Amino acid sequence: MIKTINRNHLRELESEAIFVMREIAAQFEKPVLLFSGGKDSIVLVHLAVKAFHPARIPFPLLHIDTGHNFQETLDYRDELVEKTGATLYVGSVQESINKGRATEEIGVGASRNKLQTVTLLDTLEELKADAAIGGGRRDEEKARAKERFFSHRDVFGQWDPKNQRPELWNLFNGKKNVGEHFRVFPISNWTEMDVWQYILMENIPMPSLYYTHKRRVFQRDGVWLAEAPFMELKEGEQIVELDVRCRTIGDISCTGLTLSSADNLEDIVKEVAASRVTERGGRADDKRSEAAMEDRKKEGYF
Amino acid sequence: MFYFQMSTLANEQMSIMDSKAYLDMSLLRFTTAGSVDDGKSTLIGRLLYDSKSIFEDQLSAIEETSKRKGQEEVDLSLLTDGLRAEREQGITIDVAYRYFATPKRKFIIADTPGHIQYTRNMVTGASTANLAIILVDARNGVLEQTLRHTYIAHLLNIPHVVFCINKMDLMGYSQETYETIKKELEQLVVKLQLRDARFIPISAKYGDNVVDRSEHMDWYQGTTLLHLLETIEINQDLNMADGRFPVQYVIRPQQKDHHDYRGYAGRIASGVFKPGDKVKVLPWELASEIKAIDFYGEELDEALPSQSVTVRLTNEIELSRGGMIVHQGNEPTISNTFSADVCWFNEKSLDLSKKYILRHTTNELKCVIKGINFKTNINTYEKDLDDKQIKMNDIANLSLMTAKPIFYDSYRKNRTTGSIILVDEGTNETVAAGMIN
Repeated sequence: MIKTINRNHLRELESEAIFVMREIAAQFEKPVLLFSGGKDSIVLVHLAVKAFHPARIPFPLLHIDTGHNFQETLDYRDELVEKTGATLYVGSVQESINKGRATEEIGVGASRNKLQTVTLLDTLEELKADAAIGGGRRDEEKARAKERFFSHRDVFGQWDPKNQRPELWNLFNGKKNVGEHFRVFPISNWTEMDVWQYILMENIPMPSLYYTHKRRVFQRDGVWLAEAPFMELKEGEQIVELDVRCRTIGDISCTGLTLSSADNLEDIVKEVAASRVTERGGRADDKRSEAAMEDRKKEGYF
Repeated sequence: MFYFQMSTLANEQMSIMDSKAYLDMSLLRFTTAGSVDDGKSTLIGRLLYDSKSIFEDQLSAIEETSKRKGQEEVDLSLLTDGLRAEREQGITIDVAYRYFATPKRKFIIADTPGHIQYTRNMVTGASTANLAIILVDARNGVLEQTLRHTYIAHLLNIPHVVFCINKMDLMGYSQETYETIKKELEQLVVKLQLRDARFIPISAKYGDNVVDRSEHMDWYQGTTLLHLLETIEINQDLNMADGRFPVQYVIRPQQKDHHDYRGYAGRIASGVFKPGDKVKVLPWELASEIKAIDFYGEELDEALPSQSVTVRLTNEIELSRGGMIVHQGNEPTISNTFSADVCWFNEKSLDLSKKYILRHTTNELKCVIKGINFKTNINTYEKDLDDKQIKMNDIANLSLMTAKPIFYDSYRKNRTTGSIILVDEGTNETVAAGMIN
């Protein structure tokens, strides 16, 4: 079929992201695509497939597995790998703990979110990866608002927000010294709404967690969290079964669930349009302090 | 305090998704330059708030921080001045990108600080903008900073410039004040040969002519700022005439089912490409023809500027990244010497004895600076022929020489094939950005 592509805002964002994907393949030797199972990384994989079609994606996927994942996420991941023919590497937080590289947080509110950084940096080093492609967006969190498309990391994997390279036009500078690497964010300019509209336009299959389902949950600090064997309940917290869905997906310990009846993409997009709180409003990992994200990013977080 | 009321827009936003209307939205990138006191944050805050792009948790978080700091007003810069150092010092260090959408368009704001020591940030923000908003304080009229912001819009060749004469409330919404300032600005527009300039009297604080029409300025017959942003024609700004396709990456699947596939991946810099087009392949200057334009399994009947596609040619040519496919009979300049207006970004000054790495489209090659032709004072527009020290934030016209020829157009004609950056060989930092003459 022959047709001209309609140049709407989503096509512009898509063209920009595909340009960045190809720039990564051209400028780096061993890039990896960080796949979390969340909607942003699913869109990233979709864009990568489009960028290099009919060839396969010229870089592997890397999943940092906290060991506290929703089973649905892992199933979706494995299916996607099979469909795209991509290579998958898994960095395991449990292994980092076993090896003594990371120490498990204990008590109520414990999370492996922060430990991921150790596993991520170790795995990148092991794979000799010189670029890690992430689904970070500038609208997501204030510390990300000034992140570059091509974001430099020193030999310790650290980010220096005050000393970032200027980015003009579409000239991206991926030059680095041995041992340093880059984080690259092809969908920097997308908002949560753009991501969902794009998923709807492209009809990208999504993990079932994003649609409404019955789940046993409990409430903590105003956020609904899923019941899981490793989630300790505080006094007074009670398990109830509700119709919920995820607005973002991370580790079970920090993924807030939304009460929702949305069971299709159109309804999800409507829900996002009507929402009065940000998607990360439900993320326990961002609530630790005002600059929680900046601090984690400086250390080498996603 | 902010005098925010939910405008009609926020309600409209709710109904965006009731149809397929989102598929007809377009994208506008604009830049704002201004200082803390000229109402820039208030203006952006109003645009974000009225378009429902500030969420309750964000608003309550910054309200709390503002209160804690003893500020009477909600400080909207806290929304994106998210870095610890910025919060501590109360300054914007960098370009902040902010996003909002109306049912008609998605907007990307490159919000930049306006002081002279942030010239490089303004240049960065302006590089991708379709439109620049320049705030003029109605109490002060045209100031040095107005000249500076307008010069940068001119230098970066931003197609549309909107002068918002702000704080009209403090001047009794006086038409005379507005007309006087407008007249002065019009002289500036002529002097700098801006292609399209608009003037709007506003009060960002009270919302006059920002989203809703002012009830205090019946004498103003033009559009509101948001209406202008939503409707201004930007498709005609695309260069549809000069076919330029820099090759970014070669796609060779080497899989059984696509054994002979060889596609040139890239983003159309300018012009319209169609299958059957007679083209020339650079650097070889070989003639060829476009066999097909692929996008994810579909063959397109044309590709337009800024579109990422994969082009196949009728004959086998050894073409790789850094090459360029252009239309026959309309070719770029091929040369290894050229001059450019350069903005210096780095704390280390320009060193004439050094080699730099130059990036141009998808090319990367060594270059030297052969000479400093003149420096421009962006507050007065005066040229200085004698000052040979090029320091951070300086704008200078330089003569450059590259190790091999590059294929370029003047920046005025083509923002993609006319722009360069310079990279320091030792530190790998991007030290300058330039617009080829």
